[in-house]
Amino acid sequence: MAIRRVKIFSLFERFWHWSQMLLIMTLMFTGFGLHGFHHLLNFEHAVTVHTFAAFALLLLWAFSIFWLFTTRNWRHFIPTVKGMWQVLRYYILGIFKGEHHPYRKAYWRKHNPLQALTYLMLKIVLFPLIWVSGLAYLFYFLWRDAPQATEWLEGAALVHTGAAFTMVVFVLIHVYMLTTGHSFREHIMPMISGFDEVDLTPEEEAYLLKDEPEVIR
Amino acid sequence: MRPTIGFLLALVLGSFALTSTQSTADNWPTPPATVAPVPPQISGPLTGGTADHTKFEALKQPFASGPEVTKACLSCHTETGQHFMKNIHWTWERRNPDTGQLLGKKHLVNNFCTNARGNEGMCAQCHAGYGWKDENFDFSDETNIDCLICHDTTGTYYKTPNSAGSPACSVMFEGKPAIDLALVAQSVDLPQRANCGACHFNGGGGDNVKHGDLSSALKSPTRELDVHMGVDGLNFACTACHVTKSHVWAGSRYEIAAKDHEGIGKPGQRRDVATCESCHGLAPHPVDSLAAFKRNDHISSVACQTCHIPEFARGGVATMTDWDWRTAGKTRNGAGYHESGYTQGNGAHRYTYKSIKGSFTYAENLVPLYRWFDGQMRYTTIDTKFDVNQPVAINDFTGSREDGDSRIWPFKVMRTWMPADVGNGTLVYNHLWGEDDDSYWGNYDMGKAIEHGMKEFGLPYSGQFGFVETLSYWPITHMVAPKEDALACESCHAEQGRLKGVEGIYLPGRDHNRWLDLIGIIAIAGTLIAILGHALIRLFSPKGAKH
Repeated sequence: MAIRRVKIFSLFERFWHWSQMLLIMTLMFTGFGLHGFHHLLNFEHAVTVHTFAAFALLLLWAFSIFWLFTTRNWRHFIPTVKGMWQVLRYYILGIFKGEHHPYRKAYWRKHNPLQALTYLMLKIVLFPLIWVSGLAYLFYFLWRDAPQATEWLEGAALVHTGAAFTMVVFVLIHVYMLTTGHSFREHIMPMISGFDEVDLTPEEEAYLLKDEPEVIR
Repeated sequence: MRPTIGFLLALVLGSFALTSTQSTADNWPTPPATVAPVPPQISGPLTGGTADHTKFEALKQPFASGPEVTKACLSCHTETGQHFMKNIHWTWERRNPDTGQLLGKKHLVNNFCTNARGNEGMCAQCHAGYGWKDENFDFSDETNIDCLICHDTTGTYYKTPNSAGSPACSVMFEGKPAIDLALVAQSVDLPQRANCGACHFNGGGGDNVKHGDLSSALKSPTRELDVHMGVDGLNFACTACHVTKSHVWAGSRYEIAAKDHEGIGKPGQRRDVATCESCHGLAPHPVDSLAAFKRNDHISSVACQTCHIPEFARGGVATMTDWDWRTAGKTRNGAGYHESGYTQGNGAHRYTYKSIKGSFTYAENLVPLYRWFDGQMRYTTIDTKFDVNQPVAINDFTGSREDGDSRIWPFKVMRTWMPADVGNGTLVYNHLWGEDDDSYWGNYDMGKAIEHGMKEFGLPYSGQFGFVETLSYWPITHMVAPKEDALACESCHAEQGRLKGVEGIYLPGRDHNRWLDLIGIIAIAGTLIAILGHALIRLFSPKGAKH
């Protein structure tokens, strides 16, 4: 086994991450404005920006889902308990003792178990909640005459707002995590350059060196 | 059609700019300001006419009375008399087919001057006929129709009470110049705003007293005051919207089309309503932005008037909001008097007390009350029993999001303490106008006046009168502002917005789930505290700083 710098985040993946970040920030800012938490934008502009940002994010998602499944990258997000305890123990205890992060990135496991589970939950629980409730809200004019439409709309708004609060919590923890382990900069660089330290098997290393020399340094 | 539009939304949206810059150039649908001289008022399809009335021999005669003019009119307009006698300007009566209530000025009690019934000698000045002063008026005689009050264009035609009334009152109507009836008859044209306004601007006993959105300011309004009637804009006469077929007008106070499902209709159709949609259609905002799409979306719930009439009683003429009959009847040296206590926007003084009527409160530039309204008014009529200790609605209305016919409408609220039979718990017919000793106007004895008014129509009266607090609701539909003055989203989409108190809807920006917000804020604050704690422990741990 050898630690090598390997390109684990492709150009598309980095574009996806950062444009998604910008769109989510925009949606949170405009969304909490619409909710009445601030009045920095007038309602008309906030609705317009929120809606277009949502459509843009939907489009991005359509591409990313396609990408995940055609490139087999979805496998990074398969949940596992193997190593989960060590990671949890590190954040609860080890980190204060100056221990090293127990997880080593593998070529086909670029996220630690806690990350993988978190991102999976984000993808299959939180995002769908936001999308379904948001689209229901956006297309309210199509079902406004359905029985109890107002109650359903209120329910959709509740789910949407609740999911938004959860997103804020995720973002806060996500950003804080960057300060742990390595330095903040070292954590952020892989998502910019694409390269991170990965524990390669001799076969993987040999393969990459021979067939994909541009992704290994 | 709507679902199709909906499914195309995502596609179409992509091509829009965030806000349209193109649309502001041509200013649609707000008409451009026209330059002087002011063109004739637009009266709908009949504008322009087909005849010059100065050329008619029948009109070249020295008329001695109004009915003589009417005979001359009917000699050419042979069917008009029969048509006219069916309309509410003539009958003052309307049986609501849905509620069965017998309505119209002939029967109703309002919370202004209270009742026309029994006071026709005064009130029927605004009847489109000649000589209605009591129950003996002949509603089948077409020569009693007053053509000129609506069709005069000289501005010299006027009416006086049909009976003398108390000498204390009749003095007000003396010394007016004689009317040149031949000149007036030869000058007839389609009704101008001032014609309709002679009565409709003065409902309730004075300029804009009753409606709030119908005042003398509309005789020659700016486009800013009313985008349709503005002389520097479209210059519409009333009948441009209140289209007429056989002398019956579109638009009813008694059965309002609160939600128009039909829109413009085919050419030649739609003579039944004066709704905004009958001209502007069911998707009136040109879809050039997401916001415009959302505005068209609102039409199913929000009346056009709600956003497009941000305030009423604009243009410098105040409306009355409170009237207190309890203070009526005070005299000075045995005579009635009045006090001016309000100066309105155009500089005119308004009476805040009159012996014959009581005390008044005026207001201008008012924000309406907003409520779901299905177009159906239910009246407290002379035979309705009610609890005199509670405020009673003279006209009440219902409406909800779910009934399919309602929308959120703006209203003027009128609040009046007015006489009632507190023994029987009913409203009363007050005998205000008359030459006898019982008429309130001149004699100031409310008990006698009520007893007379009730007895005249064979109505039960306990003999015990008092005052009740009453409310009446007036849908606001005129004084439509130019689109640039329409309400913005946050006028309603805000916690203390205009639709505060409107039920049956979830309104983003106004409505929150208190608990969800609390839990969300606690979750975020908790996360921040946990992060801070974690970070602090790391900072002060012996070897934790680096990792």
